[in-house]
Amino acid sequence: MNAVTASLADSATMMRRNFRHTRRNPLTLLNAVIMPIFVLFLMVYVLGGGFSVGTDYVDYATPGLIIMTVGYGIGPTATGVNSDMTTGFINRLRVMDVSRAAVLNAHVIATMLRTLVAIALVVGVSFLLGFSPSADFPEWLGAIGVVVLTTLAISWLTVAAGLAAKSPEGAGILGVPLMLLPFLSSAFVPADKMGPGVREFAEYQPFTPIIEALRGFLNGTPSTGTTVTAIAWCVGLTLIGYLWARASFTKRA
Amino acid sequence: MNASAIAASGLRKAYKDKTVLDGVDLNVRAGTIFALLGPNGAGKTTTVNVLTTLITPDAGKAVVAGHDLAVNPKGVRAAIGVTGQFASVDNLLTGEENLLMMADLLHLPKTEGRRIAGRLLTRFDLVEAAGKQAVSYSGGMRRKLDLAMTLVGQPQIIFLDEPTTGLDPRSRRTMWEIIRELVADGMTVFLTTQYLEEADQLADRIAVLDQGRLVAEGTADELKRRVPGSHIRLRFARRHELDVAARVLPGSTRDDEELALRVPGDGGVRSLRALLDRLDAQSVDVEELSVHTPDLDDVFLALTGHDNKKVNLR
Repeated sequence: MNAVTASLADSATMMRRNFRHTRRNPLTLLNAVIMPIFVLFLMVYVLGGGFSVGTDYVDYATPGLIIMTVGYGIGPTATGVNSDMTTGFINRLRVMDVSRAAVLNAHVIATMLRTLVAIALVVGVSFLLGFSPSADFPEWLGAIGVVVLTTLAISWLTVAAGLAAKSPEGAGILGVPLMLLPFLSSAFVPADKMGPGVREFAEYQPFTPIIEALRGFLNGTPSTGTTVTAIAWCVGLTLIGYLWARASFTKRA
Repeated sequence: MNASAIAASGLRKAYKDKTVLDGVDLNVRAGTIFALLGPNGAGKTTTVNVLTTLITPDAGKAVVAGHDLAVNPKGVRAAIGVTGQFASVDNLLTGEENLLMMADLLHLPKTEGRRIAGRLLTRFDLVEAAGKQAVSYSGGMRRKLDLAMTLVGQPQIIFLDEPTTGLDPRSRRTMWEIIRELVADGMTVFLTTQYLEEADQLADRIAVLDQGRLVAEGTADELKRRVPGSHIRLRFARRHELDVAARVLPGSTRDDEELALRVPGDGGVRSLRALLDRLDAQSVDVEELSVHTPDLDDVFLALTGHDNKKVNLR
């Protein structure tokens, strides 16, 4: 068996393991969807009437909720990767010559698939609440592309954080900014309606262009500038996460 | 069985300005149990990590299973198995799934993987628990599963980093029996422990590690003899003989009630012979002779000079 087929076989083995984890622990999926769905109800039925966003509020909020779901879906990955590291499981794999790529890719892919399922559930609930996107087929593909890229970036960052954290609890805390940042973006309120200081922060943090790009696709009004900014953020964050994860994996025995 | 399974010389490792290994030499013969004994923070785990290719030493070289660590780490990895300080089993998988995952990662054919997993489950008395998630296992069962996972690859040399830390006495004894069986099957075992009794019970040779340095190496008996406090006890039939013996053996202390004499000495053959020769020259008959050696607790204290609170004495 040559190095490439061995690495692929190992990736498949590790991925089977990660899928089993999600199947054995369906709460991880529930966790990812409960909070976004709660926020959806809160925004649409309790607070939504108060905002004037120039469109149906559920149509405005859904793209933000989709991105928010990514942040809520990653907790189990951070703690799982970290316990692999701290209990010596990764050392066991290293001594068995299992490639770094196999271990890390499996975590990233499993996280992405779990998150995408959670997003599908949240979008399903949105539809029940009257979400009516006006995207045509290519725009749907664009929207899905933004979601997948964002999920990829956040998954790599999470795997890296899990590898670098000292304890599973510490790893869990690293996900908190990802849960909070969407609130300080244009997810629920357009940035130009925010107070000074917050507005600038919201305009320049990565979630705003990502959410705006997604919103553009779903509303059938894609904006090239925003989309390029969003893609640049995703690619940049993926690269940072990937390099950080690689370095942590190699450094910590 | 005299081939060397592990030969290391001058291993050094430092993190920033903290020296963890300060020139460690090791020689472990194939088919034996070697114990690296030391308190927490002595450098035991670092030694294991270096010998198992997980970290690169700053200096020194080591040959493990015939492969140079620096030249052919892949060859080393193919010949060894490692069971770390914490049971690194996957909690959400069942015992059997854990073993099959190892077989898959070793790229064994499915049928062979299943056969090996079945055999290990039987051997470690885990058949009943095989279908249960490892999270429900007791500490002893997790350690057994952990070790079984390491054995799927049928390694020549197995590294056990504190294999019984945290186990109850009964599980500890079970683990000891298992370790003895491994060697009976022809494996070489390199174990670290902070339990003196464990090293004494299991190891053919013991090396005492303290602050990154080996302070002693030998069999349990050799180590015990190196410590002041070992003595020879002579018992006599008559008071007259005790008197004569006490006179010709300076430094001895007498016990008149028991008609016994306590002579400081290491109990080695040469000094015993010298001692008996002196008594013979005075025509003193010895009724009973016994050599008293300190236990490993004493050895450790004498060798490291530390407060024994740093060592987990039991």
